[in-house]
Amino acid sequence: MQVALMVPCYIDMFYPHVGVATLELLERLGVDVVYPEEQTCCGQPMANSGCYEEARATEEHCARVFGSFDCVVTPSGSCTHHIRNKFTAGVDSPEKKTLVRNTYDLVEFLHDVLKIREFPWATFEHKVALHTSCSAIRGLNMASMSERVHDAVFSKPKALLSGVPGIEFIEFERVDECCGFGGTFAATEEAVSARMGYDKLTFMQKASPDCIVSPDMSCLMHLQGCARRQKQDIPFYHLAEILNGVSL
Amino acid sequence: MSAPVDQAKNAEKFLADTVHEQRLDKLLWAMRMRRDAAARQVPEWEELRTLASEIKEHTLSNLSQYLLEFEAKAAANGVIVHWARDAHEHNQIVYNLLAEQGIDLLVKSKSMLTEECEMRPFLERRGIRVTETDLGERIQQLDNQPPGHIVGPAIHKTNKDVAVLFSKKYGSDPYNEDTAYLAGVMRENTRPDFLKAHAGMTGANFVVAETGAIVVATNEGNADLSANTPPLHICSVGIEKIIPTTESLAVFIRLLARSATGDTITQYTSMFRGPRKGAAMHVILVDNGRSARLGMKRFWHSLKCIRCAACMNTCPVYRRSGGLSYGSTYMGPIGIILMPTFEVHKYNELPFASTLNGSCSNVCPVKIDIHEQIYVWREVMEEHDQIQVVKKEAMRVADKVLSHPALYQIATTTLSAALEVLPHFAVYNRLNAWGKHRDVPEAARETFHEWYRNNRADANEGGKL
Repeated sequence: MQVALMVPCYIDMFYPHVGVATLELLERLGVDVVYPEEQTCCGQPMANSGCYEEARATEEHCARVFGSFDCVVTPSGSCTHHIRNKFTAGVDSPEKKTLVRNTYDLVEFLHDVLKIREFPWATFEHKVALHTSCSAIRGLNMASMSERVHDAVFSKPKALLSGVPGIEFIEFERVDECCGFGGTFAATEEAVSARMGYDKLTFMQKASPDCIVSPDMSCLMHLQGCARRQKQDIPFYHLAEILNGVSL
Repeated sequence: MSAPVDQAKNAEKFLADTVHEQRLDKLLWAMRMRRDAAARQVPEWEELRTLASEIKEHTLSNLSQYLLEFEAKAAANGVIVHWARDAHEHNQIVYNLLAEQGIDLLVKSKSMLTEECEMRPFLERRGIRVTETDLGERIQQLDNQPPGHIVGPAIHKTNKDVAVLFSKKYGSDPYNEDTAYLAGVMRENTRPDFLKAHAGMTGANFVVAETGAIVVATNEGNADLSANTPPLHICSVGIEKIIPTTESLAVFIRLLARSATGDTITQYTSMFRGPRKGAAMHVILVDNGRSARLGMKRFWHSLKCIRCAACMNTCPVYRRSGGLSYGSTYMGPIGIILMPTFEVHKYNELPFASTLNGSCSNVCPVKIDIHEQIYVWREVMEEHDQIQVVKKEAMRVADKVLSHPALYQIATTTLSAALEVLPHFAVYNRLNAWGKHRDVPEAARETFHEWYRNNRADANEGGKL
């Protein structure tokens, strides 16, 4: 199967190693990966800000670049959520339809499409605080939601990470409360956003994890910024890095 | 036209006082946990939510028919029914009812509708004294503040705040922070008004078309005192509060207290069907923008709201901003989607006071898709030309760069250009906003694009560039 790799703009600029880990991981699994070099962004930053008209050209560009692939994979629940559920700024086109239908977050692709559960090349003998983004949980149904008290408890990211020998998960309070990133919210409501980030870190730190892991780098960009400001040097990893065999 | 409410700035002020902020956050999160525990006790919880949502949708879709049915039933029960098109008409009706009998004191229980109509100042300007009899609402009245939460109006205040306030207003002990003592002070000072007042007012949680009954749920019993002590009972109610039958009422009663506080039911759930012997009962059915909202294809679902405040309790932004930061009658997630229907310009920033995390929609007992509506309101703000010019311009630049791969790559691979463009599309004009409480991520020495060209491009293009 040929898969187009979509690397979100902020990963391209700030966390290229997450793009590399995603690519290497998919290659290890025997996936034929192409990286369309004309790609830029899914348009979410503008659409999320209410600037619908200003998201149009970017969304249309995204659809042109990726609209001919049978499968598009991106290591971002947030971008996947935007494309699958909010991709309405650009004109309707066959490419757009294809893209909306064929885009998967990396976790979904590994868990639901390839159905991989073992990552024998990786070992990670550390205690992990796992943070799953709200877009992934409530937008993509990637994990059970705490409000839905009668639903069965599950987490696709955790199911995948559990396939890495040695890994241990710590439990912390308010596990699926938003971390406070929220896209441009992080800037427009910076005080509330930062307090939410600090609170999230406090809940995690009470359980003394060795590192913080998430399938969404945007939440981690925010949490890492909060942690560094508080002089906490705890490491942060994207899920792809752990599955690809990173060592702490 | 009022200036837009700067919720972010108000929230920042609230956050600066960590005692109040942390207390509110913990208190309301505990409420959310109590709601979860209560829902867990009801195996058919999700079915109840679906049922409640469907009953509301059905009723709203046949609103005029049910309202007329209610009017006929209530009239047959001896209730006088009034119709108010807007806040002013409502306030005028109340004033006329009081003025006709020379009444100058009104005791009332909590009603968000009367807050919405700004009834208290309207009556006070005309020489009528109004005493709030809900503890939280009375505290807010004495402090000259609007409610900060639709179920617990003074929930943002500490016992100490209340002790100090009561000592100023009632001369009580400013150092006694005991809850029972403070409730006692309030009781001593408001109970006499029940006996003195010749009119009492309540809101209504539900109005039953089939029987003509109005239903009021409280924990303090103050609505019952307000309705049953004075010889005149006035009930103000929004037209969206109507439900078809007593049987359907059961669905909502099971959901309301569990969603609000985690209790199975409120201390008092009273149905008022007609006037007591020798007394009069009036019901004012208020529109005040509700019909217009019913006509809004994208937003009419917000009329299903039963005012339980579960969305506020779970909202991470509300818990850290405080209800007063929204500068509005309704606050938190439900406030964000209701307030702009009253005044777009004044509340044009509210839809941005959300991370769109979706927890509010999950706890809503009538399944309003609150966070989806918040998202749509952002788009509507653009349609109404309510997006700040600087933000719109930044996003226009971002769109230009992000739709042209060559521009994008120049912007992201040369650091100086990155610093110029980055703030525009990552955080538009407020990169310093990111950096106030957080470290800014460092741009990588090599973008993924560059890494790919240097390491893998041969796979795609048969040779490195």
